[in-house]
Amino acid sequence: MAKFTYTDKKDTRSGFGVGLLELGRKNDQVVGLCADLTGSLKMGDFQKEFPNRFFQVGIAEANMMGLAAGLTIGGKIPFTGTFANFSTGRVYDQIRQSIAYSGKNVKICASHAGLTLGEDGATHQILEDIGMMKMLPHMTVINPCDFNQTKAATIAIAEHEGPVYLRFGRPKVPVFIPENQKFEIGKAIKLIEGSDVSIFATGHLVWEAILAEETLAGKGINAEIINIHTIKPLDREAILESVSKTKCVVSAEEHQINGGLGDSIAQLLAANRPAPMEFVGVNDQFGESGKPAELMLKYGISAARIVEAAETVLRRK
Amino acid sequence: MSSEHSQNIDNLHKTCSQVRRDILRMVHGAQSGHPGGSLGCTEFFVSLYFHILDHNTDFNMDGNGEDLLFLSNGHISPVWYSVLARSGYFDISELRSFRKIDSRLQGHPATEENLPGIRIASGSLGQGLSVAIGTALAKKLNGDNHLVYALMGDGELQEGQIWEAAIYAASNKVDNLIASVDYNGQQIDGPVDEVNSLGDLKAKWESFGWSVLESDGNDLESLISTFSKAKELTGQGKPIVNLMKTSMGKGVDFMEGTHKWHGIAPSDEQLEEALNQLEETLGDY
Repeated sequence: MAKFTYTDKKDTRSGFGVGLLELGRKNDQVVGLCADLTGSLKMGDFQKEFPNRFFQVGIAEANMMGLAAGLTIGGKIPFTGTFANFSTGRVYDQIRQSIAYSGKNVKICASHAGLTLGEDGATHQILEDIGMMKMLPHMTVINPCDFNQTKAATIAIAEHEGPVYLRFGRPKVPVFIPENQKFEIGKAIKLIEGSDVSIFATGHLVWEAILAEETLAGKGINAEIINIHTIKPLDREAILESVSKTKCVVSAEEHQINGGLGDSIAQLLAANRPAPMEFVGVNDQFGESGKPAELMLKYGISAARIVEAAETVLRRK
Repeated sequence: MSSEHSQNIDNLHKTCSQVRRDILRMVHGAQSGHPGGSLGCTEFFVSLYFHILDHNTDFNMDGNGEDLLFLSNGHISPVWYSVLARSGYFDISELRSFRKIDSRLQGHPATEENLPGIRIASGSLGQGLSVAIGTALAKKLNGDNHLVYALMGDGELQEGQIWEAAIYAASNKVDNLIASVDYNGQQIDGPVDEVNSLGDLKAKWESFGWSVLESDGNDLESLISTFSKAKELTGQGKPIVNLMKTSMGKGVDFMEGTHKWHGIAPSDEQLEEALNQLEETLGDY
């Protein structure tokens, strides 16, 4: 039996919307900006309650990032909202110069990340955003795994001084993180204790890792499941401690293998504690239209693929 | 604040001469930098920092309760650094570190080294107007009646983000903002009209919903009267732009009116010839 259960499925973007509204009520320096996707980003309740603190920018993401940088001068805490694709690749230079290099306290909130955007296809399914954002000095990169964690992360990042990339998604996924679990930036969460293999997962792949653990247990393999919600800064101690015990690793993410969470873990291990590692992610491909579950299977980011990777890495131990 | 900084025209002229000397000596010292646009915008910076702006040299990032300037065409950093130092943000001796290792005076303006007076990095073009609008919005939210100023290059107006920002500011009545364009008609590859013509620039800004003023950017009295008109236009529901005709390389005869001196440093002999044309009024750093 899976060691986590759920009674409800919700989209992580709704966790962002609820978190932003709650934050707006307790911190009047928080302002919202959106580039013509208020409904998709679930920013409508914030807009309705705080019309003076909400800026509808229209289809002009570069300008939105500049406005956000400018709003910090004067003490505001801007939360920008658009799809992950338009939050990163489209505005990389604006983020690099006006936000990251300038050390501005902007929270870049990005929905519809990855393949699970679904039917819109590869133009919108960005799988390179974590890589782009984690390469920027000063940038914190967070990819929560369910509604509750996304809500808690949204509230937590307002307390952190500096630029943050918060990545979440469109589909309804199991809600399994406790409702009032405190979100600590950079602090990994051990979900299931194990001794044979460490599985580090982020975002939507955390639930897949939980499902994979159940299958592996049935085969007599004792997997440790760790939720890395913060890709940068990486929780080095938690990762090294787990790998010291299990001596082999699987990473799992809804992102290109190049430049993602697995890359960061491999770099840490290569320098400190080399261990066999398998990478579950999209392998240098663009996505396509389809249903989220179909896409996850086709592009190899499913529970089944995590099980295979764990079995492979165990043979390399 | 402005009352302390405010200078009469004679003193402003003297300050301009010294600032031009600083620019040339900084770029010569680094053997790198952008003298042409810096020389052309000397009157702009001097008139703002020594006459127009209500500003506080005891720097804080938020800039609440003071007028703020954002420089979008960051490559003309030498003129800004000189004027910031000469108005008291930091010691003039620091000007000699321009573009050198371990300096706060980066090639393009930056906040990373905490140089007083700089609130955003610029250099990659097209971004500064958006930032200025964001800060103007923050001032409105904070109930701060001070103004936000911005400077852009004319070649820079070829960047699309400028026009995203122009649409936004008019659409949202950002009327506490006075932008200026360094309208010198030159860019790296040649005259703007030949590289990628801006057409009727005045008509463009007007059709985007801005109040448009025109000035002679190398004439202190023209600038001062234009900014005073611009201030009267604030608070009336429209953003304001000052199309400021300047001459690149102004003040040094062999550098003036050509794009050739956009981004190169003078030799020892050229520096001497240039400095001979500019009186040392306030003492070199």
